[in-house]
Amino acid sequence: MEIREAVSAGAANRRLVKRLLLITVAMFGFGFAMVPIYDVLCQITGLNGKTGGRQVAAVLPMAVDEARTVTVEFVANLNVGAPWEFAPQVSHMQVHPGQYYQTHYLARNLTGHALVGQAIPSVAPGLAAQHFQKIECFCFNRQVFQPEERREMPVVFRIDPNLPSDVHTITLSYTFFRLDDAGG
Amino acid sequence: MNTAAAPTLDDHDHGHHAGPSPGLMRWLVTTNHKDIGTLYLLFSLTMFFIGGAFALVIRAELFQPGLQIVNPHFFNQMTTLHALVMVFGAVMPAFVGLANWLLPMMIGAPDMALPRMNNWSFWIMPFAFTLLLSTLFTSGGGPAGGWTLYPPLVLQTGDAFPFVILAVHMLGVSSIMGAINVIATILNLRAPGMTLMKMPLFVWTWLITAFLLIAVMPVLAGAVTMLLTDKYFGTSFFNAGGGGDPVLFQHVFWFFGHPEVYIMILPAFGVISQIIPTFARKPLFGYASMVYATSSIAFLSFIVWAHHMFTVGMPLAGQLFFMYATMLIAVPTGVKVFNWVSTMWRGAMTFETPMLFAIAFVILFTIGGFSGLMLAIAPADFQYQDTYFVVAHFHYVLVPGSVFSLMAAAYYWLPKWTGHMYNEQMGKIHFWLSVVGVNILFFPQHFLGLAGMPRRIPDYALQFTEFNMISTVGAFLFGFSQLLFLYNVIQTIRGGVKATDQVWEGAHGLEWTLPSPPPYHTFTTAPVVK
Repeated sequence: MEIREAVSAGAANRRLVKRLLLITVAMFGFGFAMVPIYDVLCQITGLNGKTGGRQVAAVLPMAVDEARTVTVEFVANLNVGAPWEFAPQVSHMQVHPGQYYQTHYLARNLTGHALVGQAIPSVAPGLAAQHFQKIECFCFNRQVFQPEERREMPVVFRIDPNLPSDVHTITLSYTFFRLDDAGG
Repeated sequence: MNTAAAPTLDDHDHGHHAGPSPGLMRWLVTTNHKDIGTLYLLFSLTMFFIGGAFALVIRAELFQPGLQIVNPHFFNQMTTLHALVMVFGAVMPAFVGLANWLLPMMIGAPDMALPRMNNWSFWIMPFAFTLLLSTLFTSGGGPAGGWTLYPPLVLQTGDAFPFVILAVHMLGVSSIMGAINVIATILNLRAPGMTLMKMPLFVWTWLITAFLLIAVMPVLAGAVTMLLTDKYFGTSFFNAGGGGDPVLFQHVFWFFGHPEVYIMILPAFGVISQIIPTFARKPLFGYASMVYATSSIAFLSFIVWAHHMFTVGMPLAGQLFFMYATMLIAVPTGVKVFNWVSTMWRGAMTFETPMLFAIAFVILFTIGGFSGLMLAIAPADFQYQDTYFVVAHFHYVLVPGSVFSLMAAAYYWLPKWTGHMYNEQMGKIHFWLSVVGVNILFFPQHFLGLAGMPRRIPDYALQFTEFNMISTVGAFLFGFSQLLFLYNVIQTIRGGVKATDQVWEGAHGLEWTLPSPPPYHTFTTAPVVK
């Protein structure tokens, strides 16, 4: 009788271990599932200054708020090992919410061969990101540079007048990444 | 039941009932829960001294401003490895060692449910740590980006990187196997009459901890796998250039990391809940509420992770949610602290070494809990983030918290395990040196943090000098007084006054009904619990 007990204890252990391993595998999967979940949440909320490739779907006209002036600062960063010269044309602009503005970033390939790069935007403060609309941006596409090529790259943007009133300065920052061989 | 029918678990293992195999092979091939418990505990003690040596390098460098002893890169390797060794090598294996020794003896089981897996889960650990520590000698040195392994910094690790990731994977596999074993043992091998609500609290806290382990260790494995593929296989989980986001890593890591801190403290709660009733000579106050409080803490640990990253930029609603959820944890924790105090209330208390450590645990862990509440306040956290205040906070809950509970457990059960009483006088001296040392070591760090000294920095501004000097003195006092503990443990293993079966006058529970030391196989016939 005790032998039978032992066998059934073995079976109970096996059943339990299978279930626990299933939880383990599921949680391993959950770690990876957090990647798309996070992306979707960021897209919905504009969290973490992520405006990514978000192009404004329909550019609706907005009332221009002449009474209010917001400073937009432009920042350029190069990722480690990205052989470009990269800088904004102007360091900052005074803008009115609702109005369209255009500026340029300048980039020059420092190598003697063709390069592919991609600029990733980030807006600070992060919670202002969803009120910063890029109508046209070089960050929407990969940028191919010929050897030693120097190029002006345009950004067209406007600030949503719904921008919270305590925000007086918005910083638009681009980091340039190299996408070919030694990329990112 | 009679003894002839006793082979209940491992009836095909012929060496099993003949006692231990002779020589060193005993330790390599053993499937005995007591042997494996001993291996875990000795391994963890070794790691405690290695991790402690790393900490003393850190404190020695911080004795004075400027760079005196080590270069900044080596300093960063020390902070990173100190944390990894202490978390995964000292505290976690020590609790697994206690679980191995005590769970079967507390619930009246002959052994752990899966003895061979038990052997495997231990023997992975020395290899994982050899791998991890050997990275100190690779080109580029060991990991230096902090134990939290944040990208993109951690991706700049040299040749050590894949070894670190593999070591973390191995430790994860070991912990998961240990946790599965604990759950299977507790759920399937309880003696007749040992209902769930009759289990000693140490068993309860380990059951809950084991569930936390299997829920979050795989998430850490996933996170470090993503780091590995980002570095070597061109994926962009955390690489902004490819559309990823480094902040995502923080979310995944702390989804593991916050339950992880409860993995290191819940078994400590269990230990303290065994020791205080013994020396207060009263049953534990509020047993059921202790069980529910532990479960609530475990549940809440899954929904508070973002309080480690308030400053990354989060919507107000998110900050408020994580702030309130974090503060809510103070409620079940308070229940536990008040229950311990109520257990002592009007008890016939005596103050042997385990009780001294247990009382110090209650007081000093509570201080660590309070500084945790301060950090939970989102608007204030922007001031404290990444300062020595954080360092002071988590060391208060981990050193006079988890580590003191381990010391208490070692003194409490050592006579049972070895059959000899330890040297009480030396134990008390060890306690007083430790409790004074640990406060000199960590209390000034609160002030340093509030004054703005950042953590993980080998140099600092002149005005921080005095408090850093005091802290370093405390560190060396605390560190070297642990040698007394080592000496006492070795002497107790080698001989000493014979311990009785019950050992402590007020001790109750199945493990105290066994002889001291217990025979190699215990409860081969299940006891009946009334």
